[in-house]
Amino acid sequence: MDRADVDARIRSLIEPFNKKGIAIAEATTFAGDLEFDSLTVMDFVAAIEDEFDIIISMNQQAEIENFGQLIDAVCKLQDD
Amino acid sequence: MTDLFSKFDPLIEMRANLLASGVEDPFSLVMEKVLSPTRAICNGRDTILLGTYNYMGMTFDPDVIAAGKDALDRFGSGTTGSRVLNGTYQGHKECEEALKEFYAMDHAMVFSTGYQANLGIISTIAGKEDYIILDIDSHASIWDGCSLGNAQVVPFKHNDIDAMEKRLKRVPEGAGKLVVLEGVYSMLGDIAPLKEMIAIAKANGAMVLVDEAHSMGFIGPNGRGVAEEQGVLDEVDFVIGTFSKSVGTVGGFCVSNHPKFEVMRLVCRPYVFTASLPPSVVATAATSIRKLMQGQEKRAHLWENSRTLHGGLKALGFTLGTESPQSAIIAVIMPDLERGAAMWEALLKEGLYVNLARPPATPANMTLLRCSLCAEHSAEQVQAILGMFERAGRATGIIG
Repeated sequence: MDRADVDARIRSLIEPFNKKGIAIAEATTFAGDLEFDSLTVMDFVAAIEDEFDIIISMNQQAEIENFGQLIDAVCKLQDD
Repeated sequence: MTDLFSKFDPLIEMRANLLASGVEDPFSLVMEKVLSPTRAICNGRDTILLGTYNYMGMTFDPDVIAAGKDALDRFGSGTTGSRVLNGTYQGHKECEEALKEFYAMDHAMVFSTGYQANLGIISTIAGKEDYIILDIDSHASIWDGCSLGNAQVVPFKHNDIDAMEKRLKRVPEGAGKLVVLEGVYSMLGDIAPLKEMIAIAKANGAMVLVDEAHSMGFIGPNGRGVAEEQGVLDEVDFVIGTFSKSVGTVGGFCVSNHPKFEVMRLVCRPYVFTASLPPSVVATAATSIRKLMQGQEKRAHLWENSRTLHGGLKALGFTLGTESPQSAIIAVIMPDLERGAAMWEALLKEGLYVNLARPPATPANMTLLRCSLCAEHSAEQVQAILGMFERAGRATGIIG
């Protein structure tokens, strides 16, 4: 799966969590722009983990602040 | 200069707003006198205690108190040293013997608090390449144990067996795995499906740690906790517990059958780099633990109290944390912090103390009035408590 595919799939996964309909760009941040609280983060991460059959540990999550970083992290986890 | 305290401004403001409404401060109650495990003078009022973790009412047991006084006379007020240097007295060993007997396990290690037991064991056994798979609603001491160590931390949705299994199966081949569960989750008072979860953990090659802080003394045929109740205690690698609940003093412990367990005493920093418990504390703990082995009647009465209070509150129209009573904790869900604080104050004025719990301690941002029962609450007290809840609930509009 290339980066564009990962991007497209995560874009559709994020929709139910994007309550205010914020336009998603590479630099869109989860805590700031999307106002995700810890519960939302857990559900969103679980959705991604199940979709791609990967683990994104909390240690890895700490490094991910925006949408672009998430796409990169998922691409990398898939290759591992 | 940046004021390092400015990050706390939102919390300071929230608290100021709450107190501006005229409510008594729920987080600075003082007990001027403690009359028994179930009664105290709080802020000047004679109050029934329904928000302590004194599940088995051991704090005023005459044998427990006598053991503490005797140890104070014979061994002094404190050890002034670490367990691994000058801080292991005869009483610490006797306390560990009592624990080994209570759980029928090979090894027991006593820490200065339950918090340190989780902090120490979790951070020490799970190293950099290992994975900790844990319930998202785990206690702060478990999370802090994860933070203190270097392992990869992977949470799953509360009590969700499938979510746990999926994550376990995705852990890279060959990595060490520690599954961390609790017997009773203290916020809602619900129990874990340990039988199913532990079977899955074992099938996937994980070691299992279960925190039984809120179940020791009264859940399970011998009061060993939820794992015993569900018949899977033999499968648990590490049981974490505390002396500050049913045992009725302070301190924490880990019991285990792992053949190399004793090495923990050398490598576990929250065990090594702190002073050991005072002699009087370990003496009261050991005496209390031995008495809890014979606690069948008290356990039965505590369950009866839990069923009566749960059924009564439900009949009055309160929303509760669990459909049925699962432990000695019954959580009453409040619509928001303001009304929760108003209800808490109305109960206090009625002469009842419960715990007001709010985020971030609570799951799903809930405000809770947590009731924790004691084996020493009489049937009459439980009825009196229901009357207080009814009056306070109607006065504050929580129930119709």
